Amino acid sequence: MQRFRLMNVYVAAVLLLLAVAIATVTSLRPTRADATSTNADSISGGDAVKLSSNSASTQTKATKQAAVAIDDFKFTPRELSVAVGDTVTWVNHDDVPHTATSKDDPAAFDSKALDTDDKYSFTFTKPGTYRYYCKVHTHMTGSIIVK
Amino acid sequence: MPEYIEKDQSTDGVNRRGFLKCMAWAGAGVVWAMKDGVLQSRAFGDDTAALSGADFTFAQVSDSHVGFNKGVYGDVVGTFQLAVARINALATPPSLVLHTGDLTHLSKPKEFDTVAQIMKSAKAQQVLYVPGEHDYFVDGGQQYLERFGRGTLGTGWQSFDYKGVHFVGLVNVANLSNGKSALGVLGNEQLAWLQKDVAALGSSTPIVVFAHVPLWTIYPEWGWGTEDAAQALGYLKRFGSVTILNGHIHQIIQKVEGKMTFHTARSTAFPQPQPGKAESPGPMKNVAAEQLRGMLGMTSVNYVQGHGALAVVDATLM
Repeated sequence: MQRFRLMNVYVAAVLLLLAVAIATVTSLRPTRADATSTNADSISGGDAVKLSSNSASTQTKATKQAAVAIDDFKFTPRELSVAVGDTVTWVNHDDVPHTATSKDDPAAFDSKALDTDDKYSFTFTKPGTYRYYCKVHTHMTGSIIVK
Repeated sequence: MPEYIEKDQSTDGVNRRGFLKCMAWAGAGVVWAMKDGVLQSRAFGDDTAALSGADFTFAQVSDSHVGFNKGVYGDVVGTFQLAVARINALATPPSLVLHTGDLTHLSKPKEFDTVAQIMKSAKAQQVLYVPGEHDYFVDGGQQYLERFGRGTLGTGWQSFDYKGVHFVGLVNVANLSNGKSALGVLGNEQLAWLQKDVAALGSSTPIVVFAHVPLWTIYPEWGWGTEDAAQALGYLKRFGSVTILNGHIHQIIQKVEGKMTFHTARSTAFPQPQPGKAESPGPMKNVAAEQLRGMLGMTSVNYVQGHGALAVVDATLM
């Protein structure tokens, strides 16, 4: 019986977590939908449309660049805030390979193997908190907060 | 001596703990002879007594990191070839060679080609492999399994018997957790297989386990340990002689716990710092070219049937 009761607590906890997760996703959705529709409409010119363009070659002056350095098995800064449309570039300064891989499934971004001095850039078109890690050294973690 | 190797829990009254304290960090040229669960040592060069009469020998190479090329470590192919040449030149030619992972640095097809080519020159009857994380993270082990994992199970694990010794190759680099810890993971499927695999064996069967990441916790901050190793070791506890050979940390650390001997091998490519003695793991900085070969090496193990004896011999590439 003790075990069953404990199980119930677990189930309740999982359900609660799930509910919170769904709520979070739902609250994010309108923003994402907006971004997509702006992109899809593309009636008016202006920076907003260009910024959310998916085409990697469309680089406008309004797009900001941000950098994350990999030194001594650490992402620096570990937490980085950027705006929608900004591009983040990771550079590996270590003598061993690392990756910057988004933890969500499927991964929103995955640098694949970054050898010494290799760079990887990703343009964030959707707001949210992107937690990521190194697939080789899984304790190396960081996050990008896109607003 | 560092704290983390002083966890010998054996209470059988054999005073080998003090002995281990002196020897664990000893560099090149020490012979480890295990007789009935008690370690004996001899200086390298004076190893004939320990090695003569061996029924068979096998050798271990590890962490060849083919593809790595940085500073003083610019010739990892050369040092790997040298290690194999040393094995071929051993007085008692080894029957088997075990490669305990990180064959390559970045899992590139060319790197795997080179490894295959070099290992072909080993005169042993058979060469066996387990993958390291460098052979796995790029493509989920696909190339490794196709080329070096033929006949293995799951993510590349295997077992076989050779002249009365039961060998078990385990994989602890395939299902790494994403951000919880840096440790190796065996996983439930492999653990269930292992339990079954050894279930029918008599307790007097000598066991040799080889895996990339150490199966004992050396330094968790750097991922030098395996999350669920205790469960695996639990299945092996009843055996009279268990030898566990690992790589990953590119230096020799040994420990004896009851009837289990743990041993990590040197790399053939580059040394790593002692646990916690640097900001991070990775190739040691400020190593002079003339020092290098003294920090790389290979290991040979001799088995004497009927004596329950395994002699572990480490040699550098000097």
